[in-house]
Amino acid sequence: MVFEPKIVGFLCNWCSYAGADLAGTSRMTYAPNVRPIRVMCSGRVDPTFVIKAFLEGADGVLVAGCHPPSDCHYQEGNLKTMRRIPLLKKMLKQMGIEEGRLRLEWVSASEGAKWARVVNEFTEQVRTLGPLNWKVPQPKGGKH
Amino acid sequence: MEKYKLAFYWASSCGGCEVAVLDIHENILKVIEIADILFWPVALDFKYKDVEAMKDNHIDVCFFNGAIRMSEQEHLAHLLRKKSKIMVAFGACACHGSIPGLANFFYRDEVMNRAYLETPSTVNPENILPQEVTKVKEGEITIPEFYDTVHTLGQTVKVDYFVPGCPPVPDQIMTLVEALIKKELPPEGSVIAGDKTLCDTCERLREEKIVPQFKRLVEVIPNNEKCFLEEGIICCGPATRSGCGNRCINANQPCRGCFGPAPEIHDQGAKLLSAIASISSINEEERVGEFVNSIPDPAGYFYRFTLPYSMLKRKLIREEKK
Ligand code: SF4
Ligand code: SF4
Ligand code: SF4
Ligand code: FES
Repeated sequence: MVFEPKIVGFLCNWCSYAGADLAGTSRMTYAPNVRPIRVMCSGRVDPTFVIKAFLEGADGVLVAGCHPPSDCHYQEGNLKTMRRIPLLKKMLKQMGIEEGRLRLEWVSASEGAKWARVVNEFTEQVRTLGPLNWKVPQPKGGKH
Repeated sequence: MEKYKLAFYWASSCGGCEVAVLDIHENILKVIEIADILFWPVALDFKYKDVEAMKDNHIDVCFFNGAIRMSEQEHLAHLLRKKSKIMVAFGACACHGSIPGLANFFYRDEVMNRAYLETPSTVNPENILPQEVTKVKEGEITIPEFYDTVHTLGQTVKVDYFVPGCPPVPDQIMTLVEALIKKELPPEGSVIAGDKTLCDTCERLREEKIVPQFKRLVEVIPNNEKCFLEEGIICCGPATRSGCGNRCINANQPCRGCFGPAPEIHDQGAKLLSAIASISSINEEERVGEFVNSIPDPAGYFYRFTLPYSMLKRKLIREEKK
């Protein structure tokens, strides 16, 4: 059986969510693996959101926002994201989470086709990486 | 007044927290006035069986320092919990895992190999590694199990008060002692430290809030007055709990985060990562690599004292070998 990765997508309200919507209304078919979550701005995606997604069973996380430098509705949110996600990738790699499981993309409201392509590509990429299977360690309750 | 019965225990710790108790100087006399010490392995000769023989809740307050890394420590945490009315996680190791918790970046066999085989100062031609069970002609000898994962005390047993810091400062100890004397204990689960971020209590000059380039401390001589972050030196102040008296800052060193996450912050490392990325002035996509490269070890730096307490807690657990 092929492995179907679970991917959590954080999409900013003003560009990327609208772009994904366009892909839908244009009846494009693309991989169904992304569970989209609408956030007001990609800059709102706190690193803990990404970590929580992995902890709770995501195999990949996709963050999508407005094109830099100046498309962000809140002016600089996307610039923060642009620095934050790569540093987070580096940190997660140290924790054993491959960089390929986290992806940042810029998708505008008119880029329905790009959204569909990104989702397809990323789904394949995470499929190749396989399940993440994050397990939270528990104390053993051991006796001496 | 009947005296309080105290116990002190050290689990996976450096011993610094044991000494920190003595930093209260002559105030130790106040402690002796109100309390007897029933158990303190570092200073007094007691046996575990003495503790086992006590009635439940016999000890009033147990000061437990150190993280939980071995079965013996986990066992003692459970035993002392049962025998104590109040359990205090004393120090960063017990509260958040601290330095021993950095072992969670590795697996058990990596730690063992490093310690017993690979370090340049080790001479071990027969490659002998500690074994939990060894058969000798008189029978079996056992030593405690060394776990893959370091846990905090709070993950192991219920903790009543948390006293963070590597090590805690005398003020925190005296806050607890005074509370015991007055019999006015803080609510269960309280953290005995400040209730702000370190930055909120810091007097260094802050102006720009944007940083062109981050540097490692070895590459610069810090200016005595300016905010470290604004100079490009990573300071953990924005995500760290206040209450240490800003001891590193006052010694012209950036904060390393030993008081753990500030109130309302769940994950100290993630918060720091976010804060550092926010204040970089690099706005061109092609230059983001420069920013990322200027922080060589983000996980080690941002979780230096809190890895076992963090959301991820450790490096990915490997699948069991079949
Ligand atoms: S908190 Fe710091 S001083 Fe205390 S035992 Fe741990 S490493 Fe040592
Ligand atoms: S970052 Fe450090 S130096 Fe700057 S205000 Fe905060 S604690 Fe002080
Ligand atoms: S300045 Fe930071 S690292 Fe230094 S003692 Fe205070 S909390 Fe700990
Ligand atoms: S609103 Fe789209 S990234 Fe800020």
